[in-house]
Amino acid sequence: MALADIIIKFILVIIIFAISLVIAMYSTYAERKFAAFFQDRIGPNRAGPWGILQPLADGGKMFLKEEIIPTNSSGFLFIVGPSLAIMTACIGSAVIPWGQQLVIGTHVIDLQVADINVGILYIFGVVSLGVYGIMIGGWASNNKYSLLGAIRAASQNISYEISMGLSIIALLLVTGTLSLRQIAEQQHGFWANGWFSWNFFKQPLGFLLFIVCAFAETNRSPFDLPECETELVGGYHTEYSSMKLGFYLFAEYINMFISSAVMATLYFGGYNFPFMDLIHSPNLVAIIGVVALFAKIFFFIFFFMWVRWTIPRFRYDQLMDLGWKTLIPLAIANIIITGLWITFIRG
Amino acid sequence: MNTFYFIAFLSVFFAILVISAKNPVHSILYLILTFFTFTVHYILLNAQFLAIVNFIVYMGAILVLFLYTLMLMNLNKESEQPKSNLIKIAAVIGGGCFLVTIVAALRTFGHSEPVILKDPNLGLVKNLGKTLFNEYLLPFEISSVLLLSAMVGAVLLATKDPKTTA
Repeated sequence: MALADIIIKFILVIIIFAISLVIAMYSTYAERKFAAFFQDRIGPNRAGPWGILQPLADGGKMFLKEEIIPTNSSGFLFIVGPSLAIMTACIGSAVIPWGQQLVIGTHVIDLQVADINVGILYIFGVVSLGVYGIMIGGWASNNKYSLLGAIRAASQNISYEISMGLSIIALLLVTGTLSLRQIAEQQHGFWANGWFSWNFFKQPLGFLLFIVCAFAETNRSPFDLPECETELVGGYHTEYSSMKLGFYLFAEYINMFISSAVMATLYFGGYNFPFMDLIHSPNLVAIIGVVALFAKIFFFIFFFMWVRWTIPRFRYDQLMDLGWKTLIPLAIANIIITGLWITFIRG
Repeated sequence: MNTFYFIAFLSVFFAILVISAKNPVHSILYLILTFFTFTVHYILLNAQFLAIVNFIVYMGAILVLFLYTLMLMNLNKESEQPKSNLIKIAAVIGGGCFLVTIVAALRTFGHSEPVILKDPNLGLVKNLGKTLFNEYLLPFEISSVLLLSAMVGAVLLATKDPKTTA
């Protein structure tokens, strides 16, 4: 690999990292504004015009608050918890294809950090690693509410990973590849061979299962039981203060961003948009593609918030019932139907 | 090769920490690190699929359950029963026999020629799947039946007998 390529990758990583952080910051603002709208309030409006500087004020507050490490906590692990949470949230973006290739002079720039051929499995690995941040933090706090939150997070993640994996298997039967780049390429345009080319129209049930599991994996309401404040004070982050609490909250928003990007890539065509073949300049197509992908991502982030402020929280046994008795059988049925369809109809 | 020795050193180092850590939760955390080094070994061997499966299944699922159980059990030094002398002597003899066996096995161990992969893409998902479902279909299916029976057994153990509880 030439030096120029390494520098380009390095810049790309920094840009994606910065974008993740900015989107996570402004997701907190968007969430409060949407919550206010849904509840007929005004929301944050003091810092800057329309409260647009509110995330900066929140960040400053988080940094300047007193840092408390409880006496009976296990000190090192208490710090490892939030660090691990934010790290696993950030590394997921490495395999997502953000757009088609850009050509600048003689350089061809892939708008993707790493096109590994087990891309989906990599995302799965990162997702399954994400629970350690919560578990370690909850245990290290030495507080029974934190511990209960951590244990809830662990069992919730394990349960929903299964149906998420099964819903993905049906998608893999259709696409025949594990590389996210190739999956995005296959959904070129909007209409191909007499049917929509986006995977959502081929796997509607699979997408429904996937999005429900994504809500559970990111600990978002209605499945935010690990931090359920009516039962567990603050859940796994009860004992945390200052920026360590900030990291936990931030990790949740970054996870939301990454899972929105994964959903957009797997099921909603990624960077593809309708009538893309009518534009002849490849760079223009690539740039509009990036904009289209981000439009889809923002829609999913909005959807996460919409659901949070609409649907009340599940009870814990309802959560487990839904995961094991509804989603897994549906996912298996989906695999069988997809298999039959591929064998007998698509041929 | 140097990467291998470094990762191998880390594997052994973390594995020793697993058994020497006083706190069982710390042990599990070291075990997670040990499994992570195994994942790196698989990548060095060009077995990407095995690497990622090891990562997801062992690090991401099995050890989460280990950690889950240990957090609930609240083990510490006070609750641990002191072992009787008989068990200690048996452990020493057993460990000694194992050491003798390993030393004897390593004594006759010669340096093998480095294996050069004919097909560097051997470990990729597509090739692995083709091999698994063509040449090794029967063992694969039999092992899946084995897993199924283990699952049924676990469910059977977990469900209470309706006759005794009623």
